[in-house]
Amino acid sequence: MESSVLTVKDFSAFFGDNRILKDINISISDNLVTALMGPSGCGKTTLIRCVNRMHELIPGAKVSGKIYLREDDVYSMEPILLRRKIGMVFQKPNPFPMMSIYDNVIAGYKLNGIRLRKDEFDTIVEKSLRGAALWNEVKDALHRKGTFLSGGQQQRLCIARALAMNPEILLLDEPTSALDPKSTAHIEELIVELKKSVTMLLVTHNIAQAARVSDFTAFIYLGELIEFGPTEKMFTVPKDKRTEEYLTGKFG
Amino acid sequence: MEGQLKKRIFKDRLFKYLVILFAFISILPLLLILYYITRNGIAVINWEFLTELPKPFGEAGGGIFNAIIGTFFLIVLSSVLSIPFGISAGIYLSEKSEGKIAHMVRLCVVVLQGTPSIVIGIVVYMWFVVPFKGFSALSGGIALSVMMLPVIIKTTEETLKLMPYTLKEASLALGVPYYKTILKVILPTGLSGILTGILLSVARITGETAPLLFTAFGNQFMNYNIFKPMDSLPYRIFYYAMSPYPEWHSFAWGASFILVAVVLGFNLIARGIAIKWKVQF
Repeated sequence: MESSVLTVKDFSAFFGDNRILKDINISISDNLVTALMGPSGCGKTTLIRCVNRMHELIPGAKVSGKIYLREDDVYSMEPILLRRKIGMVFQKPNPFPMMSIYDNVIAGYKLNGIRLRKDEFDTIVEKSLRGAALWNEVKDALHRKGTFLSGGQQQRLCIARALAMNPEILLLDEPTSALDPKSTAHIEELIVELKKSVTMLLVTHNIAQAARVSDFTAFIYLGELIEFGPTEKMFTVPKDKRTEEYLTGKFG
Repeated sequence: MEGQLKKRIFKDRLFKYLVILFAFISILPLLLILYYITRNGIAVINWEFLTELPKPFGEAGGGIFNAIIGTFFLIVLSSVLSIPFGISAGIYLSEKSEGKIAHMVRLCVVVLQGTPSIVIGIVVYMWFVVPFKGFSALSGGIALSVMMLPVIIKTTEETLKLMPYTLKEASLALGVPYYKTILKVILPTGLSGILTGILLSVARITGETAPLLFTAFGNQFMNYNIFKPMDSLPYRIFYYAMSPYPEWHSFAWGASFILVAVVLGFNLIARGIAIKWKVQF
């Protein structure tokens, strides 16, 4: 528990009277990819949206329990400051349509009014785009609009935008569900590569994807955490019968 | 069987041609208006007409320069007054679209849109002309801005509602505060739609005469003071057309031509912006 970036303790989430998540306990260690998998509607997306407190933006949303980012209680932090420390990539690529590729990468700074020198921004942009494996494709088109890129490139741009803020943890909410197989493969390679420097929490409904890229896997079913452990172990000798059934395609 | 089929094909064609015919008939009035205005108006338009002031009775010549400047002033005044309120209300309606107040506001917007312009003129007359004891361009601007409001509010609301929620999420997830998300992400992305709405509302009020009769009134002389009566193109047309002199009648046609051209111009620019600045998601 000492080196865990994120600790979720007895955490439950609600929409009105509907309990979406039930007493979740997970801890996530540095520089690992943890996959959250489970059938649609099981609450996995809700869980990561609770981590950066995007969940509470929806009317009627409530939570109980604790989430810690390092030692800080997420729910006693200012959401704005918390979200600057946690990067998030969404299902559908969502670059800012009015901004150039360059401005999209540093949007977290620009929109928050954080002023840096031009060369500092240049460094951040190059580093983030290299980190997202996009630099070689766009280095000559930095001032074109981000929406001219292909879907997969847009998603990598969104990853670069998140990386630019030097996040403690990167939340990936089904980042490949809107992409074609080739772009998906690209993003997956990127996730494996990024692992060296960033901790990631990946939501996926794709079992194979969880197997390919993650170190740890959590299986969530009907709002409950059924099983959590090293990916290899879970995929070869699952402890819970429901995990086994899910992995073998009996439901989900 | 064969006959049945032929009958149907005939009916099909008949329907098609009827639709085309009615569509053509419905644009016929517009074409006729444009034709008459151009035929009667274009002859009097020359440099003097555009740059000279109206002459007193009996003197030949004269122009509509003060009316052009007046209309320009009125447009600027009403835009300055209505745009901040209109956009704010539009943002409110799109953000809090389910609230009780939002429903009330939406209802008011519809009612306001349907309020006859002459009624707005009388109300502004009671509010601003009577207490300050005099017609003024400012009161005219206020009356016109009230007419612009519903259009701006509606188009802003519609434009912002079309923004995907993922866009807002992207900004919020970067730790950008809500108000900055609206001002720096949502508004700029919807800029083309909002600008289109503003231009359409300007096009709408440019030709308004009724509310100006009680407010800006009209002025034969050049006036740059917004606290004094000011001329405008529609008022000048009214004034020239009501006169008994044939020369002034042709001036009314000329001024109409200019007015229609200005309104058409605003509409075309609005269309151009809507197409050219269309945001891709």
